[in-house]
Amino acid sequence: MYRYTEFDTAFIQERNRQFRAQVERRIAGNLTEDEFKPLRLMNGLYLQLHAYMLRVAIPYGTLSSAQMRQLALLAEKWDKGYGHFTTRQNIQYNWPKLSDVPDMLDALAEVNLHAIQTSGNTIRNVTADHFAGAAADEIADPRPVAELLRQWSTDHPEFQFLPRKFKIAVTGAPNDRAVIKAHDIGIEIVSKDGQIGYRVLVGGGLGRTPMIGKVLSDFVPQEDLLPFVEATVSVWNLLGRRDNKYKARIKITVHEHGIEEIQRLVEARFAETKAAFNGADLDLFEEIKLSFQPPAFRNAPEDDFTAAYDADPVFRSWADTNLAQHKAPGYAIVQVSLKAHGQTPGDASAEQMRVLADLAERFGHDELRISHEQNVILPHVHKSDLPQLHQILKAHGLATANIGKISDIIACPGMDYCALATARSIPIATQIATRFDELKTEHEIGDLKIKISGCINACGHHHVGHIGILGLDRGGVETYQITLGGDATETAALGERTGPGFSYEEIVPAIERLVDAYLDQRESPEETFLQAYRRLGMAPFKEALYETEKNAEAA
Amino acid sequence: MPKPFTPKVVTANALIEGDVIYLAADDSWVRDLAKAEVITDEAIAQMRLLDAQARASETVGVYLADVKLGTNGAEPTHFREDFRRTGPSNYFHGKQAEADA
Repeated sequence: MYRYTEFDTAFIQERNRQFRAQVERRIAGNLTEDEFKPLRLMNGLYLQLHAYMLRVAIPYGTLSSAQMRQLALLAEKWDKGYGHFTTRQNIQYNWPKLSDVPDMLDALAEVNLHAIQTSGNTIRNVTADHFAGAAADEIADPRPVAELLRQWSTDHPEFQFLPRKFKIAVTGAPNDRAVIKAHDIGIEIVSKDGQIGYRVLVGGGLGRTPMIGKVLSDFVPQEDLLPFVEATVSVWNLLGRRDNKYKARIKITVHEHGIEEIQRLVEARFAETKAAFNGADLDLFEEIKLSFQPPAFRNAPEDDFTAAYDADPVFRSWADTNLAQHKAPGYAIVQVSLKAHGQTPGDASAEQMRVLADLAERFGHDELRISHEQNVILPHVHKSDLPQLHQILKAHGLATANIGKISDIIACPGMDYCALATARSIPIATQIATRFDELKTEHEIGDLKIKISGCINACGHHHVGHIGILGLDRGGVETYQITLGGDATETAALGERTGPGFSYEEIVPAIERLVDAYLDQRESPEETFLQAYRRLGMAPFKEALYETEKNAEAA
Repeated sequence: MPKPFTPKVVTANALIEGDVIYLAADDSWVRDLAKAEVITDEAIAQMRLLDAQARASETVGVYLADVKLGTNGAEPTHFREDFRRTGPSNYFHGKQAEADA
């Protein structure tokens, strides 16, 4: 893992000292809220519906056990004993007091964490594949690239007042687990003629105007990455619309000017930025790479795993659902679900965070990851340790075997917390999970991704859910629109709206009708919901949603 | 015909705690919507809003929220204000927990 240099430490300490003084001046009445707001947002501090919210960056979703323990400490000491992991691999605290935030930031700095650029019109936390460094399908670990981008973008003088926020995601594998096509810039590590380089996408994004990213360059050589990304952001910084916040994101710029024109402008700007980079970035990149060396994997028999797998059906179900293939023989990637049926998606108690930290230290080479799907990953666990690990997870409510299933729902905080929300998301997610758990059909249904947003800004990624749910306020009533056929992977697609929305009471039965229609019409248990939708189209699902409803009313 | 004026309360978030507060008739900030001053006159509502906004070192984001007058004082007319006066629905946190304590 990357550890702060003296320079990093001094920088964070200075920023924290500045923010502490700003908070003091605000409390003393020497700063108005209009003056203070941009300062607090630069440090990740929002004001939500019931309290402040502190968003802490988890760079590319990677944490050590010491960092996870410190996150637990913050939850206990200054919040209500839990934290909320988000779709951008961050953690949010929902209840801090303004006067406590400077102490929270100092505590974070002790373990190389901060909240800088988790808000505002800047380059946000760079996200990456949560299986980075472990996945069997990986060309190269995306984290050194993400760390290089993080260092370059943090406090970058040219990019502190962008037209709007800017999000970058990196994947090192052809199977996209980082939703790169829905980011302002998506970077895929590729190999061409034995050379590592980058396929760069631009102009993806969700929100009120969802767009799938377009290819800006098929191959950017390794040494050109920073000047190329800098050229891209720089072109948008000048061209992006500052007259209308809803048209300011780069996806609109690309849409309005066309990808060819953007390519031409970026190329022209790249000639200038390339000349300005003197190679220090390449030395830095080589240094960063040393921090991401794979751990010393051990060779050990897998007998304990096989014995437990054969003997214990609960373990078997968990192993079949929550493990992913590791690149090293004998190892597995463990996905710990933060979606226990009926629980808030992405929430972990301080106690659970400590358990996860202990498990990472004991069985997982001290590494943890947060996924954009709001789960925790132990990327390197030897299979022989899995039965014991599973027992411990089970004892702490962390062994739900539902990764990728209908109850593994992404949900934004919605109107339970968020000041921008137009409806609640969390109770819809918990009710769907509870309902399908009661029906015991979750594993029969198979892979199905439901994503819920409580407003048009789409933090819950509903556009790319196989089933997307969008909560709106229609005449003072919570109303939920459904989209179908979205896809967040390398075959990314935006979901299509089914028709009129459903009330808070109607939405869970509506989802049940949709799933029943799928189960009735699928060709075999191997055909997933998304595949069935692609084969059948909207009609049978629309019928299940609306015709059945009419029949029920008529009866 | 001009629209009839909907009764209002002055509301905001407290500067330090960040929680929801309402302006009472005696100019104090209260945590309970039922204890808020219900303003039925538009001109007075604007005056009370301006007064509250001037108290910048106590509050953040002062605005007028629609209410109706119930048997126990002000009640919300929109679900957003109902959540603000209660707390989140996923945990027993926020105002609902404080009221209980």
